[in-house]
Amino acid sequence: MGELGWKIGGDQGEGIDSTGDVVATVACRLGYHIYGYKSFSSRIKGGHTHYKVRIADHPVRAASPHSEVLVALTQETIDKNVAEVRSGGAVVADAAFSPALPEGSKLTLISIPMAQIARQIGNPLTRNMVAVGASVALLHLPMEAFSAYVAEKFAAKGEQTVRQNLSALQEGHAAALAQMPDGLAMQLPKVAPSKRLLITGNQAVALGAVRAGCRIMAAYPITPATDIMEQLVTLLPRFGGVVCQMEDEIAAITLVVGASYAGVRAMTATSGPGFSLMQEGMGLAASAEVPAVIVDCQRAGPSTGMPTKNEQSDIMAAIFGGHGGAARVVLAPGTPEQAYRDIGHAFNLAESYHLPVIVASDLSLGEWLQTIDDLPLSDISIERGPLVSAAELEAPDAAFSRYQVTASGVSPRSLPGQAKGQYLATGVEHLPSGKVSEDPKNRQLEMDKRERKLVTLSQLECGTEYVGPKQPDLLVITFGSTVGPVDEAIAMAESSASVGRLQIRRLWPFPTSEVLLAAAAAGAILFVEQNAQGQLSQLAEMSGLHHPRTTHLRRYDGTLFLPAEILSAIMSGRQLATTEGVS
Amino acid sequence: MAETITLADIKTDEKSWWCPGCGDFGVLAALQKAVVDLQIAPHQMVMVAGIGCSGKIGNYINSYNIHVVHGRTLPTAMGVKLANRGLTVLAVGGDGDGFAIGMGHFIHACRRNVDVTYLTMDNHIYGLTKGQNSPTSDRGAKVKTAPEGSIEAPVRPLQMALASGATWVGQGFSSNQAELVELIKSAIGHRGFSFLNVISPCVTYNKVNTYAWYKEVLHTLKADAAYRTDDRQAAMGRAMETEELVTGLLFEDRDAVAYEDQVAGYRDEPLTEQSLDLSAAEWEDVLAELR
Repeated sequence: MGELGWKIGGDQGEGIDSTGDVVATVACRLGYHIYGYKSFSSRIKGGHTHYKVRIADHPVRAASPHSEVLVALTQETIDKNVAEVRSGGAVVADAAFSPALPEGSKLTLISIPMAQIARQIGNPLTRNMVAVGASVALLHLPMEAFSAYVAEKFAAKGEQTVRQNLSALQEGHAAALAQMPDGLAMQLPKVAPSKRLLITGNQAVALGAVRAGCRIMAAYPITPATDIMEQLVTLLPRFGGVVCQMEDEIAAITLVVGASYAGVRAMTATSGPGFSLMQEGMGLAASAEVPAVIVDCQRAGPSTGMPTKNEQSDIMAAIFGGHGGAARVVLAPGTPEQAYRDIGHAFNLAESYHLPVIVASDLSLGEWLQTIDDLPLSDISIERGPLVSAAELEAPDAAFSRYQVTASGVSPRSLPGQAKGQYLATGVEHLPSGKVSEDPKNRQLEMDKRERKLVTLSQLECGTEYVGPKQPDLLVITFGSTVGPVDEAIAMAESSASVGRLQIRRLWPFPTSEVLLAAAAAGAILFVEQNAQGQLSQLAEMSGLHHPRTTHLRRYDGTLFLPAEILSAIMSGRQLATTEGVS
Repeated sequence: MAETITLADIKTDEKSWWCPGCGDFGVLAALQKAVVDLQIAPHQMVMVAGIGCSGKIGNYINSYNIHVVHGRTLPTAMGVKLANRGLTVLAVGGDGDGFAIGMGHFIHACRRNVDVTYLTMDNHIYGLTKGQNSPTSDRGAKVKTAPEGSIEAPVRPLQMALASGATWVGQGFSSNQAELVELIKSAIGHRGFSFLNVISPCVTYNKVNTYAWYKEVLHTLKADAAYRTDDRQAAMGRAMETEELVTGLLFEDRDAVAYEDQVAGYRDEPLTEQSLDLSAAEWEDVLAELR
């Protein structure tokens, strides 16, 4: 197995993102697996930023601590990142800032007058394309693939722009070749070209929504969820749908409630602070039994926290955030494929159970590019849930009761426009007919009815995904994007056969029996999650998981989990499994 | 031929929760009359009601009703309308619901121009929480939360709507049924956002802005034959001069284009009627951009 790390760094606003996208996209087309991630801050211009592309001949789902090639557009890029470049690696820098490696560095410095070349070409914006050309030389990737992509990417901007970018690519390539010492051999294993998708979790969410028949999306821009809205702005009009940019998240969730009440599949997407604002609206959806799909692409909190950094710290808010105890479902995808399927699942659950379904994604999943095989149309089916028919409403003895008490807790709904289906949907406690009522007996019946949906839901399988032996020495329990680095860590473990991984796919209702069964078979447990409180382990404890040999690995400093650090926690966890006398 | 809609069709058997003499009875009566006059089938109408005394209006109208959280009628109504543009959509609520907690939505609804009618029942007081200061309470009004008299300038809803781009702005008085019915019909008929503020006295907690007081100070635009309803600036002037103690249609822009008529790709057929399924070819087109 082979892989290389390529990183570009510079000041924010210097086209770092689109440059990284070029390398990632072409490498994906060539048949490599990609994990592309960025470090950025909550500002538009200035400040150091970098984008790293892991290029491998095998699936990659996590960040890596190393690079082979560092492209530096500023000296700060070198100073801050040179330590991660492996020996034998190279730094490609713009000669314009007279780049210097730290004293004693054995790395190769390839200094190319990128800005100058771009000016000579007649388009200063092509500077980064010079850097791409140089990178292609260093990574020993075929130039034709890059030329073809560049021609395609800039086609809409006219022939001149295409020509300029192709020149930049070629000149960068030639300049690097001229300076490369003989021994500098960074080579990836050959792979066959692929039709894989290069996608972020946010894109997968948007695609899942379109596939699932979502036709109204309302949101307020917020990092890192905005992409979902932007993707849907281009996708939904093709299918008659609409994206509404609202004045705040309260408007977004209540618009979703209105649209869903009227019978359209509608969703919103937000992150921490916006999610807090949606709590009351979600309570309304739960009480009035209106379907609603909410994506919370989590970021570091509380309050404004670190808006551009990953965290998984909203899960308690997702489950228990609203006042009054309101029934809701919380799903937690960890990969783009799961995000895609979860959105489809979320709409089906919301419409089958008439309640809010939260898809708790996170920044790493939402924003970082990954290669995936496909998003099959058939992975999502559309189930609209119990709807009362015209015949039932028109029957001579019909007495439609929207909130009829049922064994499952779900009662068929009518949709506005259906004759004789009129009812009052309200967040006020109500009788089966919808009429408001404070009658104690009725209150209990209706509250129990709504709560019963969770009982029904908790019996659905697929609350977890397990990979590993029947009786692992160590069971790693995790959720969300953290599953990527966990899986890589387990693969790195010497005797990975004795380690199991349990991904919690449905955070609420908590898949208690699945988790307890898996835990009972394990010698020890390691919770890996990205929040300070250990929210996942608290949930598991609440649900009755008390394993005597439990350890925790938590990260909440805004940086990404690296497989290596999880590996060392796995090693210690396994040791604990064989320790005597723990109780 | 469709059956004729009568008052009996639009009423529910729910007993009223309002105090005897409440202005909201007049609003309810006028709304029911207007709906019958317009022959809107109960199942083709959605009322989105807010929180407060006025928000209970949905309990008494046999249409599709959704009673939402405080202040959020307008985005909910927008959602309903976009989902099914074939429906008649009304948002209703009080002065607290619309001009305090819901003010942000009010302004944005005005500038968006979705085809929704917003009917507010304005009594210058918080009734259901028993007599606190409202955003439309007059300066100096002695209320529970301002025992020495309100020190805040009142919100002027008509001017706010005019300044925010509303394309139909009017005001009615719950005692003047004939005028109110006509205003509601005109507001519902307007293609775009219509804002109708209705003065609806609170007989329990507002002892200043009473029926008698309003009858004294209100004047109707009907009495002014020269008044033109197509001039936003004139409407603003009239609202300022009268301190909004005026009833009638202040402004309407008959050429305004509703939000839903401007949304790219949005079709005439209601979204609720459209198929959700995608063909394999359509799906491959979508994915091709990511390969």
